[in-house]
Amino acid sequence: MSSSKISIMVVTGSRERLQMAAMVASVGAVSGSEVTVFLSMNALPYFVKGHGAAAPAEGEFGRLMEKKNVPAFKELFQKAVELGDAKIYPCSMAMDVLAAKREDLEPYLGEPLGLTKFLSDASEGQIWSF
Amino acid sequence: MAEKKTIDARGTYCPGPLMELIAGMKMASVGDELEVLSTDEGSAKDIPEWINKVGHQVVSTSEANGTWHVVVRKMK
Repeated sequence: MSSSKISIMVVTGSRERLQMAAMVASVGAVSGSEVTVFLSMNALPYFVKGHGAAAPAEGEFGRLMEKKNVPAFKELFQKAVELGDAKIYPCSMAMDVLAAKREDLEPYLGEPLGLTKFLSDASEGQIWSF
Repeated sequence: MAEKKTIDARGTYCPGPLMELIAGMKMASVGDELEVLSTDEGSAKDIPEWINKVGHQVVSTSEANGTWHVVVRKMK
């Protein structure tokens, strides 16, 4: 099993990009990589409890996915944590802007993380951004 | 006693079938066989890739009437 490291920064609110980020996180995590996800900007509101989980499509593909039984992106992020021990951190700055507290977020998210720590943790391995 | 379990992931898309298999793997014992049913051809290719990467065994892969049958054995 590989012990590579994958760091994923997600700032988008679009369906296609959230889906791809969740796919990389879940497949990477269950394949033995140490996966860290950092949620900020337009991505974080989807992880506030009570917020809708349907992200707007960016293009034709996103509209097509809506009609097919594609696994929901939030479900894939949760599986990344449960099946692959991925760590998903909310960005502390984005939480301040949203005026959200840790308990307002989905329980499978970790403690708020600052950009400095994320960047230092991501200094080795693959870095993906969506 | 090794068991054979079927995971019906028909109708969902990548990586749905893989995730369902992995959840099933966690519950299975070493030596058990798991058969994944998938209508998604991409998953039929990706599941053996994952199995080889993490060190389990692919027993067989076949297709019939639009459904892929991927049989794997838990090795550890």
